[in-house]
Amino acid sequence: MANIKELSKQKELFTGGHRACAGCGAVIVARQVLMAAGPNTVIVSATGCLEVVSTIFPYTSWNVPFLHSAFENAAATISGVEALYKSWVKQGKYDKKLNFIAFGGDGGTYDIGLQSLSGAMERGHNILYVCYNNEAYMNTGVQRSGATPKGADTTTAPVGKIKKGKEQYRKNLTEIMVAHGIPYVAQTVVGNWRDLTGKVEKALSVDGPKFINVFQPCRLGWGYKPELTCELGRLAADTCAWPLYEVVNGQYKINYKPKEKKAISEWLSLQSRFRHLSKPENKPILDDIQGETDKLWAGLLKKEATQ
Amino acid sequence: MSKFNIVARTGNEAMAEAMRQINPDVVAAYPITPATEVVQIFASFVADGLVSTEFIPVESEHSAMSACIGASAAGGRVMTGTSSQGLALMAEMLYIAAGLRLPIVLAEVNRALSSPINIHCDHSDTMMIRDSGWIQIFSENAQEAYDNMIQAMKIAETIALPAMVTTDGFIISHGMERVDIFDDKDVKDFVGEKKPDNYLLNMEKPITLGALDLQDYYFEHRRQLAEAMIKSKAIILDVAKEFKDKFGRSYELFEAYKLDDADCAIVVMGSTAGTAKVAADNLRAKGVKAGVLKLRVFRPFPNTEIAATLKNIKAVAVMDRSDTLSGNEGPLALEVKAALFDANIKKEIPDYIFGLGGREIRLEDIESIYKDLGDIIKGEAKPKVTYLGVRE
Repeated sequence: MANIKELSKQKELFTGGHRACAGCGAVIVARQVLMAAGPNTVIVSATGCLEVVSTIFPYTSWNVPFLHSAFENAAATISGVEALYKSWVKQGKYDKKLNFIAFGGDGGTYDIGLQSLSGAMERGHNILYVCYNNEAYMNTGVQRSGATPKGADTTTAPVGKIKKGKEQYRKNLTEIMVAHGIPYVAQTVVGNWRDLTGKVEKALSVDGPKFINVFQPCRLGWGYKPELTCELGRLAADTCAWPLYEVVNGQYKINYKPKEKKAISEWLSLQSRFRHLSKPENKPILDDIQGETDKLWAGLLKKEATQ
Repeated sequence: MSKFNIVARTGNEAMAEAMRQINPDVVAAYPITPATEVVQIFASFVADGLVSTEFIPVESEHSAMSACIGASAAGGRVMTGTSSQGLALMAEMLYIAAGLRLPIVLAEVNRALSSPINIHCDHSDTMMIRDSGWIQIFSENAQEAYDNMIQAMKIAETIALPAMVTTDGFIISHGMERVDIFDDKDVKDFVGEKKPDNYLLNMEKPITLGALDLQDYYFEHRRQLAEAMIKSKAIILDVAKEFKDKFGRSYELFEAYKLDDADCAIVVMGSTAGTAKVAADNLRAKGVKAGVLKLRVFRPFPNTEIAATLKNIKAVAVMDRSDTLSGNEGPLALEVKAALFDANIKKEIPDYIFGLGGREIRLEDIESIYKDLGDIIKGEAKPKVTYLGVRE
């Protein structure tokens, strides 16, 4: 695995000049994934922030082949690209070794793209699907998704006089992917480049369908200072809001166990989407979020220990 | 001239046979009645090693067209098939395939759209996506379906537009007919090798496809798409000529059946054209100068050609196997009337909406239309739209 100095000297496969917000985590994901994957990579992206900011015609940030077709179908689209590659290899028309990587936001992956993703994973294509998960529909202006955590303020589950943000827990998509029995599933986070690039390298060394759920702070939707993106990512791991783990051929491995698990409120309090939770009357919601976080973390530790 | 084998095939079998001979790089498809057999038969070709195709048995038609787009953008020759709700579910991706100028060929078996759910023939599905940027070629029988599939691949790749070849659900798709099947090699020679210019798997020249086009470029790209569709008319005719030279059968944008001296004509698409020809023959035996304009290519629409052909015919009716639910005529009549209007031809053109959901269309029904046309020639007026063969 390359160190950060070596990574920084590589030719940029995802270049600057794109139109992402200052402090955008999604473009950090794209850049680091490509650093790990290298130039022999074909990218498909779902509609969303990443595609919108990086491909405004006639410009592109992608120095590797890139295809976008629609919102809900990045997995199906890359299935076709990979199938064509297999067909050409079988016919002796092509011999280069290639990586096939699809990017989708959480809306395009957890919600509208779930069927397409599930189908592609079940069919066993040799693809890596990377979800850049910022926990809401950020491109359209911060609407709640299946990945939005309980208590978060979004424009379609807003905090009002009666309601206190999203009322449901988020869907556990990583475990849904594990249930597909695919060879590699992992969670990682923006702010831990070593974990992220290492997981991409590892995933790409495996034949078959792979899924990485990258937790990606979004300064616009989460409401924090742009320089805090990587710190918020790391704090998500320290509070176990987003545990770093991988499941290789069904075997769980937790990649980071905080020495002192921090209270979830340390992470929540830096984000304006949870601002209302600091009010005394909303303490039960805060306690509930801490309880759910603890439960999931304990479950994960148990899975790792008892396999 | 190519040799051929005379065999008995259903429309679905004939289309699958054309796909085997074309041997695409990728087929991605999902089952739906009555098109299921096309891809099912093709899957057996894959299983038996008769083609080098990668077959992707996707989890929906939306994913079928998405995977076709991925494979075609990557540089491959790509085909699929569907019907009805499947085509409707694909609709979003059909527009994108056309916008990306990907020459995908789709075997479309015409079937009614829900609701109510119905598995039988009408043209609502194909008409629903008539403005998606796909070339649309209708077939009268299994032979035409086979011939059209072979031509469609060449047409699509020449102009860089996707193309669908349609048959009528069950009537053609499941009806067994005599079909001439050409030698594999002759079909392969006719279709040729695909040589993509810009494609995703060309790692020497990485390209970005499907970029965000805003106010400054979107319109130009849509204009280019419109221009491609206009130009495809000549290419369809060129390919038809090559096809005739090699295989002996003639195709045009439409067939003008006994129209040279006709007093009355019916414009119709698909299997009903065969019934209409018999009706016209029966009437001619009784001294009525009847003819049929069987439209083969609905997109691009042969507007000037149709106007020139219908110009001197005293009375013309259109038969629409779908409805626009607009208070106006069905889609075919609207287009025919617009073509005649542009050519300064003023005629009363009654539209007959028929056969929805597979409702049988009989010779007597079509003869009744010719009778209406006779009445029009005598100066009688007829309703703008008649729902033919419905209880009301």
